[in-house]
Amino acid sequence: MSIRDIIIEEFIAVAAQQDVTLPPLNDDFELMNAGLDSLFFAILVSRLEDATGNDPFATATAAEFPRTFGELVAFYERVDA
Amino acid sequence: MPEAGTLASLIARSARSEGVVSTRDYVLPLDEVARGSPFGEQRSAFAGHSVVLSVRDMAKAAAALIDLDGTARRILLCPPGWEAAKLAPAAELIGADALAFDEEDPQTALAVEVRHPVRLPLRAGAAASPTLETEWVLPTSGTIGPPKLAVHTLRTLMGAIAPAPLQQWATFYDIRRYGGLQILLRALAGRGSLRLSGVDEEIESFLARCGASGVTHVSGTPTHWRMALFSGAASRIDPEYVRLSGEIADDALLARLAAAYPRAQIEHAYASTEAGVAFEVGDGRAGFPSAWLGGEGPIALKIVEGSLRVRTPRRALRLLGADAPALVDEDDFLDTGDLIETRDGRCHFIGRRGGIINVGGAKVHPEEVEAVLNALGPVRASRVFARSNPITGAIVVAEIVLNDPVARHETLAREILAAAQQRLAPHMAPAQIRFVAELPMTAAGKLRRDR
Repeated sequence: MSIRDIIIEEFIAVAAQQDVTLPPLNDDFELMNAGLDSLFFAILVSRLEDATGNDPFATATAAEFPRTFGELVAFYERVDA
Repeated sequence: MPEAGTLASLIARSARSEGVVSTRDYVLPLDEVARGSPFGEQRSAFAGHSVVLSVRDMAKAAAALIDLDGTARRILLCPPGWEAAKLAPAAELIGADALAFDEEDPQTALAVEVRHPVRLPLRAGAAASPTLETEWVLPTSGTIGPPKLAVHTLRTLMGAIAPAPLQQWATFYDIRRYGGLQILLRALAGRGSLRLSGVDEEIESFLARCGASGVTHVSGTPTHWRMALFSGAASRIDPEYVRLSGEIADDALLARLAAAYPRAQIEHAYASTEAGVAFEVGDGRAGFPSAWLGGEGPIALKIVEGSLRVRTPRRALRLLGADAPALVDEDDFLDTGDLIETRDGRCHFIGRRGGIINVGGAKVHPEEVEAVLNALGPVRASRVFARSNPITGAIVVAEIVLNDPVARHETLAREILAAAQQRLAPHMAPAQIRFVAELPMTAAGKLRRDR
């Protein structure tokens, strides 16, 4: 499964768990502008760490943090490479 | 003779001829302790010494305690499985100059001249006459860092024990822990017997032995009781009295115990190694009435900055160690570090100070979440802890033991999460659930919270 597929799967799982509606997961989807709260992302990042074995958020600087869905995918692809 | 007498004199006054302290492997008949000793001819060798008591079997430990009380200056009660790294600094703290050891586990690393094995059955030996009020030194049940040692005497330990009719006791505790030691003393004062588990004995085998010997009074931690209830062997005993202590007893567990043992009086005691037994709650509900706060009697309770403080003559006399903190404040109150929330006239324990999980600035008490999870039908037991998280600092993770281990996990995880979310604030609900076969426990029988 590609990193992108894993991330899509985990987004859907956390959305179901937290009972929120997701916008379409396009590359230009802005992560912070969809009404998703910090808990949503906290859970997402932990689940992605389990699924990919990586937690790029733990080591990245704030400036490197992804702002869009496309950047998020690239963020994980980079550490996976 | 010390004012409170010695353990041997307590037994001489109260034990019936058939009373025993027994494990799976050893029996200590109480009517023999006046005539015999686990040290035989070496019986008086420990007089005036500070003794490290390190044995595996609890009947042996009881025999040594009875023998040494009133003649040894101090006794360090080493919990089972204490490795040399813990034993050596504790021995130094008590100024140990003697060792009562187990031939199966001789503690050769401890350099003291007076060293004798503890053996059962008892053998004849000339008794030293009791001249001292022996200090009983108990490690507190904290599992992290160097041991913290609390000094008691038989007088402080017996403070909560009233004369009672015949009681046949069993405890899941180890008698080297405060909660278990209380039960040893209760059994000896109550003219009955005490059944204890053997080294590494399974809960089912222990309960079967307890049932066969007709125990009437049984004690353990809430975790012990949860495990007993769901071991399938809880029906092996039919107690008149069920006692819980050492951890927060939640409403779900109290209700489950009441259903399992309809004829039993069920009490949860508030006790710690440092504070002793402060009070007992017998109304079947978690927490205690807020009307108990204040008061000018021998035992007084108050809440300072959310934490329960207790003034009690049953507390430890002091902690040992050069940099040991003072046990009590200037008004003789001991800060328990147990956090209280008062609602509807009831004080509820919501966890330990410092054990809290901080999720994005919002605090979560693991015990509060566990109480909600444990009340759910499919859940046998749970452990809630922090997983560090780059977004919120931490998230709440729950390990759950299911009643039905072959249940469909995915469906159940969703159902349990949904139920928890209904009952808890969003940051408190577990972000993740893991199903496990069993939960890690400390040697003291409590849930491990340090990993």
